Amino acid sequence: MSEKTALPVGQEAIRDKGWWMAHRFLILRRVAQAFFLGLFLLGPWFGIWWVKGNLAGSLTFDVLPLTDPFVLVQGLVAQHWPEMTAIIGALIVGVVYALIGGRVYCSWVCPINPVTDAAHWLHDRLGLAKGWQPKRGTRYWVLGMVLVVSALTGTIAWEFVNPISMLHRGLIFGMGFAWTFVLAVFLFDLVVSRRGWCGHLCPVGAFYGLLGHGSILRVSAVKRSECDDCMDCFAVCPEMHVITPALRGADEDTPIILSPDCSNCGRCVDVCAPDVFKFTTRFDTTPAPARAVRRNKQRQPEASRAA
Amino acid sequence: MSAAPKRNATPTSRRRFLQDAARAAGACAVAGMALGKLATDARALPAQAIRPPGALPEEDFLAACIRCGLCVRDCPYDTLKLAELGIEGPATGTPYFTARDIPCEMCDDIPCVVACPTGALDHGLTNIDDADMGLAVLIDEEHCLNALGLRCDVCYRVCPVIDKAITLERRHNERSGAHAIFMPIVHSDHCTGCGKCEKSCVLPGEAAIKVLPRRVAMAEAADHYKLGWEDRNPMVDDIIDLPDRLPGPGTDNLAAPGGYLPDGMPDPSMDGGFTPSFELPGTGGAGQ
Ligand code: SF4
Ligand code: SF4
Ligand code: SF4
Ligand code: SF4
Ligand code: SF4
Repeated sequence: MSEKTALPVGQEAIRDKGWWMAHRFLILRRVAQAFFLGLFLLGPWFGIWWVKGNLAGSLTFDVLPLTDPFVLVQGLVAQHWPEMTAIIGALIVGVVYALIGGRVYCSWVCPINPVTDAAHWLHDRLGLAKGWQPKRGTRYWVLGMVLVVSALTGTIAWEFVNPISMLHRGLIFGMGFAWTFVLAVFLFDLVVSRRGWCGHLCPVGAFYGLLGHGSILRVSAVKRSECDDCMDCFAVCPEMHVITPALRGADEDTPIILSPDCSNCGRCVDVCAPDVFKFTTRFDTTPAPARAVRRNKQRQPEASRAA
Repeated sequence: MSAAPKRNATPTSRRRFLQDAARAAGACAVAGMALGKLATDARALPAQAIRPPGALPEEDFLAACIRCGLCVRDCPYDTLKLAELGIEGPATGTPYFTARDIPCEMCDDIPCVVACPTGALDHGLTNIDDADMGLAVLIDEEHCLNALGLRCDVCYRVCPVIDKAITLERRHNERSGAHAIFMPIVHSDHCTGCGKCEKSCVLPGEAAIKVLPRRVAMAEAADHYKLGWEDRNPMVDDIIDLPDRLPGPGTDNLAAPGGYLPDGMPDPSMDGGFTPSFELPGTGGAGQ
């Protein structure tokens, strides 16, 4: 293990690139999350009705309908054929995320992300064990379960418990006891399972991941030959398994992170001091030689900084 | 690295895969049942939570409504609310109103229905008078002022469908013996369930007249019931029919054309005469 792994995560990047460059995507992401929530709150708080509704369905400037495609799909399997407005809204949302990465929803829009990020921050601070780590495919099982229950009960099943809508709708229309769901997710991530909710269970994330399977916008470990094994990207990535194939790939392997689990959060771009990562498209063919050094060395276990 | 397990799929790894799959399926089944229970419980809409105009029947509504609240936003009277978890009874996030707080004003252009992107509020509803949010019921005749013999009439006066949905029916006041009681009577074929009457009932606290869902408020007449004063034909197809009896002794139609004399012979005076073309067994002749 490189001695640099002993430094706090991101220290090197701050030193080499400056604080802003080492945090810009994190900050931009928080700004985006606040912006999207703020748009919805302008109406109820200030009477400026640019956007009405919530993440499940909304109307912007009285012309642009948007619908959450996952909610609509549940309605479809529950055998309700919606009006055209909802279908158009879901198509717009679906196409956008299919292009920019489905899980961009998770890291740039979803109001639960700051909650689970906060849980993760505290988890790190308290030095807790990572706890239960569900299998990689668990979220797809949950997704399948939600669709089956929707079909069997004839309801939009996930909306009975979805902490995202509980929080988002709660802030906009009135919370009731919906905050209990948000607290439950926070505590789950804090004490039961590190990065458990967004990283392993949430069926909304699973759905958007599938939606963005072929997305254009991708992160690429294009300068992977310069990786100095500080492991900071693995430490900050909420889906660290997505990095390995790209970063540790051989010359002929693509440096582009193609896993649908990558949320395009850009945190790996931030924390990497030698700037290995950058945003690009999936068609980028910039040559990216693998690392020449340490061929003879034992490879690092991929998640050595995980706990 | 990640492809490694696939390349050397041993029986052990395959067994582990199957075990994992079985475990995941089991966990999903348990979680799914819990979620299913929640979903089915949610159908028990409380009686005093009224859905907006045009709302599909509750079981279809929960498949259709995405809980976006656009209907709420476009209601000019702030009638509608989205249910909050643990505070109001309807499924969390679905729209409803409480008539006693703010009733539906029955807008001509029905903005709530127009705003609904999914059709959970049926876009086929274009005339608000056809709305069917519930049915008003004079639920407390012991306290309704009109039922006591006074002239309050407020619920009747405020009804947007006055004289059709609600009428005042004159009855004798047995208590005074000399006065009339003007009973507010709601007619189910015109009441939209807007709740204006419930809102306006002058009694403090609960109203004497309340909007209830039709499934609670209405009984159903059995198929074969008929109101004789509305329908003179006493027959009910397939159930009650005229008796199939031959004319003859013991019947009341002896004088009818083709009837019989007491001795069983056809009445010769009858125009055209009549002879039965068959014999009933054991009577030695026609007739019964
Ligand atoms: S690989 Fe980078 S962009 Fe993708 S989820 Fe991980 S940290 Fe975020
Ligand atoms: S008809 Fe008008 S008052 Fe009634 S719920 Fe709809 S928008 Fe509100
Ligand atoms: S507008 Fe339609 S889908 Fe949205 S909350 Fe109202 S009834 Fe539900
Ligand atoms: S609910 Fe009351 S006010 Fe509304 S239509 Fe029925 S009787 Fe009239
Ligand atoms: S307003 Fe209330 S008290 Fe008055 S007549 Fe109607 S139901 Fe009775």
